[in-house]
Amino acid sequence: MAEQGLTNQQVLENITARFGDAIFNAHEPYGLLTVTTTRDQIILLLTHLYNDAELQMNFLTTMCGIHYPENKGEELGLIYHVHSLVHNTRLRIKIFFPIADPVVPTATKLYATANWMEREAFDFYGIQFEGHPNLIRILNVEDMTYHPMRKEYPLEDGTREDKVDVFFGR
Amino acid sequence: MAEYKTEEKVKTNLGLERIPDSLPAQYNENERELTTLNLGPTHPATHGIFQNILQMDGEKIISGVPTIGYIHRAFEKIAERRPFYQITPLTDRMNYCSSPINNMGWWMTVEKLLGVKTPKRADYMRVIVMELARITDHLICNSILGVDSGAFTGFLYVFQEREKIYEIYEEISGARLTTNMGRIGGMERDFTPVAIQKLRDWMAGFPKVMKEFESMFTRNRIFMDRIKDVGPMTAERALNYGFTGPNLRAAGVDYDVRVMNPYSSYEDFDFEIPVGTTGDTYDRFMVRNEEIWQSFRIIQQALENLPEGPFHADAPEYFLPPKQEVYRSMEALIYHFKIVMGEIDAPVGEVYHSVEGGNGELGFYLVSDGGRTPYRLHFRRPCFIYYQAYPEMVVGSQLSDAILILSSMNVIAGELDA
Repeated sequence: MAEQGLTNQQVLENITARFGDAIFNAHEPYGLLTVTTTRDQIILLLTHLYNDAELQMNFLTTMCGIHYPENKGEELGLIYHVHSLVHNTRLRIKIFFPIADPVVPTATKLYATANWMEREAFDFYGIQFEGHPNLIRILNVEDMTYHPMRKEYPLEDGTREDKVDVFFGR
Repeated sequence: MAEYKTEEKVKTNLGLERIPDSLPAQYNENERELTTLNLGPTHPATHGIFQNILQMDGEKIISGVPTIGYIHRAFEKIAERRPFYQITPLTDRMNYCSSPINNMGWWMTVEKLLGVKTPKRADYMRVIVMELARITDHLICNSILGVDSGAFTGFLYVFQEREKIYEIYEEISGARLTTNMGRIGGMERDFTPVAIQKLRDWMAGFPKVMKEFESMFTRNRIFMDRIKDVGPMTAERALNYGFTGPNLRAAGVDYDVRVMNPYSSYEDFDFEIPVGTTGDTYDRFMVRNEEIWQSFRIIQQALENLPEGPFHADAPEYFLPPKQEVYRSMEALIYHFKIVMGEIDAPVGEVYHSVEGGNGELGFYLVSDGGRTPYRLHFRRPCFIYYQAYPEMVVGSQLSDAILILSSMNVIAGELDA
């Protein structure tokens, strides 16, 4: 059972046949098929992967946010990893959207496990999940006023003066 | 802090409202009075700091709301400022019952990104420490389950064995709990003869203790009555909740990363994946027990067939040269400097790598922008993902069952909160 039951090519053909131009930027970094889609299509795509008899990708391995401040108009992103346990094939799906309007439909209706993953993405990046049953912070304290994993919050306080280290490029 | 002088002012500033001295009683639809019970955050039976606010009707649980994050240390944020080899100490502190698995999982992720191929001996050495870690992890989980159901003795029996395994870690890496073991491309040093001897001594004594532990619990009438049909989980719900590892296998799904996506030469070993049927606490206990035996088998095979050869890859850009070389050879000095000062940039790319951790699929999603630190590092922490099923599992059961379900799920606070 060690081999991949479906090739990346088969998976890509299956989803492009259904979604066409909504699937773009397909590539295979380190052998894992990666596609990008839009936030309007993401739940349809996940549902299709879940229900499709050929793919049977019905296991959401993980989901996480990402922030690219220099990509204007699509600063925030979400990365889903889905896995077909039957065929042992994985797929990575990305969506990007503007930081001014970080609203994404929720996947909790499909996956119970998406509940806390989405709360984590909300907590870290401030991504709003439309239709989420209980979208509150999960790991950070409730009265925190910002979303700490965004790149504008440096890890160290830039105004500290006791740690000047000009030689080694801190 | 002059402006926070009065108590009222403090409350307005924090947005808090005064909590009345006595809350009005709550009733369910049958006019029965309900109790709200705080299980945790620092109750000894929760084995870690997490809170559950339970709504109870007598002894029966009506609903549960878990609150987590009490030991959140922002590892994903910290990792964005650290070179790869300084991230391993962070992984130690996730599932601290099986740190070596986390360490090795992280090294393999980095090796995948950098394209470093580890030699066979390093793979086998890693397999040995990873399986030792799995044994300690499962031993703790199962013996604590015994403690929570009122049987303390088994816990002390197997803790002796865990202590011996920690001594082996100590001989291999110098540390016991937070091991920080391995390096990019292999292990930091070869197994010493003392380490091999300690391993052999432990292997000679362990099966007897494990059999004793099993004969104490597996067919024990009291124990079985106590944990059978407690907190069952169907395979469908378990998959929907993203369960992996022993908890998923107890529900009857034979998903194991070691077999599905073999890493570190796991394909060389002969072992079985135990599965349960109902996914209840007894099945989880039995699956973990059997996995201990299978891990023991893997260690035996790895130790017997431990290949000769180097214990690390020939990757001087990433693997620190021996210290005596640094003083004598120009090249070693240059590489030492470059590694320590972080002069070597990683390739641009993104990698997902997962290993079978003590609790399930432990995944690392690493996005590299070519710098010396990750651009984004996400840990797929199995505890975090399956603990959200806890309310569904405890609703309708008794309070004392809720404690057993919690300990049989093996929720480790460090991994939960990262």
